[in-house]
Amino acid sequence: MKNNSKRQDNFFRILVWSCAAAVFAVLVFLVGYILIRGIPHLKPSLFAWKYNSENVSMTHALLNTLYMVVLSLGISAPVGICTAIYLTEYAKRGSKLVEIISITTETLSGIPSIVYGLFGMLFFVTYLKMGQSFAAGVLTISIMILPLIIRTTEESIVSVPDSFREGSYGLGAGKLRTVIKIILPSAAPGILSGIILAIGRVTGETAALVYTSGSVSELVTNIGNSGRTLAIHMWALSGENIYRNESYATAVVLLLLVVVINLLAKRAASAIMKGR
Amino acid sequence: MNKIKEKLMEKVFLTAALTSVAAVLLICVFLFANGLPAIGEIGIADFMTGTKWKPNDVPPSFGILPMIIGSIYITVGAIIIGVPTGIMTALFLAKVCPAKIYKIAKPATDILAGIPSVVYGFFGMTVIVPTVRSIFDGDGNNILSASILLGIMILPTIISVSESAIRAVPESYYEGSLALGVSHYRSLFFTVLPAAKSGIAAAVILGIGRAIGETMAVNMVAGNQARIPNSILKGVRTLTTNIVMEMGYATELHREALIATGVVLFIFILIINLTFSYMKRRGKSEK
Repeated sequence: MKNNSKRQDNFFRILVWSCAAAVFAVLVFLVGYILIRGIPHLKPSLFAWKYNSENVSMTHALLNTLYMVVLSLGISAPVGICTAIYLTEYAKRGSKLVEIISITTETLSGIPSIVYGLFGMLFFVTYLKMGQSFAAGVLTISIMILPLIIRTTEESIVSVPDSFREGSYGLGAGKLRTVIKIILPSAAPGILSGIILAIGRVTGETAALVYTSGSVSELVTNIGNSGRTLAIHMWALSGENIYRNESYATAVVLLLLVVVINLLAKRAASAIMKGR
Repeated sequence: MNKIKEKLMEKVFLTAALTSVAAVLLICVFLFANGLPAIGEIGIADFMTGTKWKPNDVPPSFGILPMIIGSIYITVGAIIIGVPTGIMTALFLAKVCPAKIYKIAKPATDILAGIPSVVYGFFGMTVIVPTVRSIFDGDGNNILSASILLGIMILPTIISVSESAIRAVPESYYEGSLALGVSHYRSLFFTVLPAAKSGIAAAVILGIGRAIGETMAVNMVAGNQARIPNSILKGVRTLTTNIVMEMGYATELHREALIATGVVLFIFILIINLTFSYMKRRGKSEK
């Protein structure tokens, strides 16, 4: 009996440790493989200003990604933050409206990106006659990242101690003043980490953009034009066997970009913990 | 003056808050309005249970059963691979690993969550597919490869949701078990894990949602043949990849049938989401 339970114990120990080891081995292998295969192919021509089918430069795609990030956050950050302020500071707890907004936000966060892409194509591209354009892509992806920003902002506003609010009211400040001068600054690191996570999502997104902002490999100078982001560029390259080396190199850039963005988000989040 | 400003800003915040409600309504309206007529025209039975997807034949056939089955197969495959590994890793992070390892291991799982699906897909194309090809017959673009890749991709979801479920189990359960003379690991497996089961179930459901909705990575490794596979070494097409592959050139009824495919996917996801919120709520009320 004693022996048996000892064996079982050992079995569980090996099981837990080996599963965890496997997960980290996969991560190290995946990142390592892409880096080792890609870094030797990071030639200057990949960053040439002009894209052509010879150099498959990613410069335009990189800049387009930056535009996409700035524009989509320009829409969804204010909307998301205001939503979170309403839900936490203004709305009556547990009211029907709060419940409806929470359910719809939850629903939005579960919708797969291809469905967003389909909706963007039907609504922005076709119905609003924007055509396959950067604007359509930006609007589609703004809706996609909205729930992420709402949730992270809500969480960080809720964690602002009530004594801050009471202190502010006690000094005679109104509600709006309290929100802007006291609550938002204290919640800033959490909001920032949500925004950085959203940047990561935008940077890595493909399925929602293929049929909205499209895959034209040119620098976007007008939001009415189509233009590919880096992730779409990567996807287009990987489909062609002759660009295998360039694909590895592009994957390196995309991967590092997203990893750095995620680590930054982590930093911002741990800044709140320290602030407490 | 201040009073007006207060009132005005409250309205602004309210309007912002209604955006997500409007977005969900718009998504529903536009998907259903564009997809349902096609289902009507094809016939719901022919559409859902038809085994032939031949949009270019005369007359064309639009049966999405192969894609529904394809989505289910690779999701089940991903669950078989990702769920046990993910739960064990969550247990490791929450209860087993020393603080020093945790400091590295936790950000590592966050990185896994942040990697874009094209990069996963590319990794699958260049590593998993050739490996599967060299071990088994065929070209490697099949259910097995897609399941392995998706199994990896859902790991971060499973790990983070299960980890918080395991952490939410009161410490007294574990201590009580220890006090009865049960060893560390057996306490974890026989008291802590069962107590976290609804949270873990929520993690699995969320993982299923991720797997069914994944598009690009699956497209790059699954082979994409629109027929019902008879072995896990056959290629499949899923609901998501059906849309992304053909939407670029589809017109008229074909295009509407693709949108209708999106409607079916959307309904699947809604059901999964509802189950998820139900499980989450049940997990909370058990506490």
